[in-house]
Amino acid sequence: MKKLESTFINMVVVLVGFTAMAAAMLGSVYELTKTPIENARMAKQQKAISDVVPGFDNNPVDEKTEIKTDEGVVAVFPAKKGGVLIGIAVESFTNKGFSGLVKVMVGLDTTGTIINYAVLEHKETPGLGSKMNDWFRTGKGDIRGKNCNKNKMTVSKDGGDVDAITAATISSRAFLDAVRRSGAAFESYIKSTKEK
Amino acid sequence: MAQLSNKQNFLKGFIKENPTLVLLLGMCPTLGVTSSAINGLGMGLATTFVLALSNVAISLIKNIVPDNVRIPAYIVVIATFVTIVELSMQAYTPGLYNSLGIFIPLIVVNCIVLGRAESFAAKNSVFPSLLDGLGMGLGFTMSLTVLGALRELLGSGKAFGITLYPENYGSLIFVLAPGAFIVLGFLIALVNHLTKSA
Repeated sequence: MKKLESTFINMVVVLVGFTAMAAAMLGSVYELTKTPIENARMAKQQKAISDVVPGFDNNPVDEKTEIKTDEGVVAVFPAKKGGVLIGIAVESFTNKGFSGLVKVMVGLDTTGTIINYAVLEHKETPGLGSKMNDWFRTGKGDIRGKNCNKNKMTVSKDGGDVDAITAATISSRAFLDAVRRSGAAFESYIKSTKEK
Repeated sequence: MAQLSNKQNFLKGFIKENPTLVLLLGMCPTLGVTSSAINGLGMGLATTFVLALSNVAISLIKNIVPDNVRIPAYIVVIATFVTIVELSMQAYTPGLYNSLGIFIPLIVVNCIVLGRAESFAAKNSVFPSLLDGLGMGLGFTMSLTVLGALRELLGSGKAFGITLYPENYGSLIFVLAPGAFIVLGFLIALVNHLTKSA
């Protein structure tokens, strides 16, 4: 077959043809992968919730409420056992990370004491700030069992109760900023349930 | 250029014309994602898939694409395959998708893909193009995996996520960008040495 000449008509027809075909293919792939993508996202959220507030028997995602804080809205997932609130998971965030947004899921019991946390999303430096996945569960950096009201949730350099990650103070401050935001969300959530 | 046999078309991507270590194409993903072996492997396989399919598609359409619009037409084909990969990875390997991040959509502008389309698929028939794409892709995968494994081992004491020695003894620089350049430089030197003495 001889190569098509580069006439105006040929070029327009070919390019339009290809883009139309590409659009059709992508449309069908998008439809195919829509549900699995949604499922994967949900599974991740579910796992994070059960990691940070274990032992619930309701579906916290269904009972999700949104709480306004000083800097934007955070999602609160109430964890209940037999209809009684045993704790909440707060999907908190901060924009103060070394490379911007950090998202953490923080689990708090009914007194506001931190049960556990899970880092959902971050862009911190690998090997430094990225240690936040484990750091705040070990030694003097451990935030579990601390309470945003009773403890000073800032790094020890700023006079707080939590040791910062070695060589990643900015990331640590950001992380604790997100934790404090979850504490604030906890307060307003408890207030709003009492009003009901 | 003498006609290469099918076997040569397939094998040349591994050492002789290895896209990263000899042709030095596609440096952006090479340096960017290889902080661990598994990232390098995932990126390599995603690129292989795109490369093989786009090579086949382009060798099929090479005669109906007028010369003046061939680059936009090829890019549309490549972008389509990349988006398919992106959506499938998001759906079935969300963990890997998250760690590769922006580099998946960037396969579109990876010069290896367009380079092979232009220099090989546009001049050859379907089967050799498929072999060329697969060989180049697997060669790319190989060098990315080796690079990732070395950086992971030197930087954090792990291989494919399994700890071999305590992380504290690792040298952080290898996980960060400078380490990528250093390890890549040594790999290129090694390949040069091997191909020259052979």
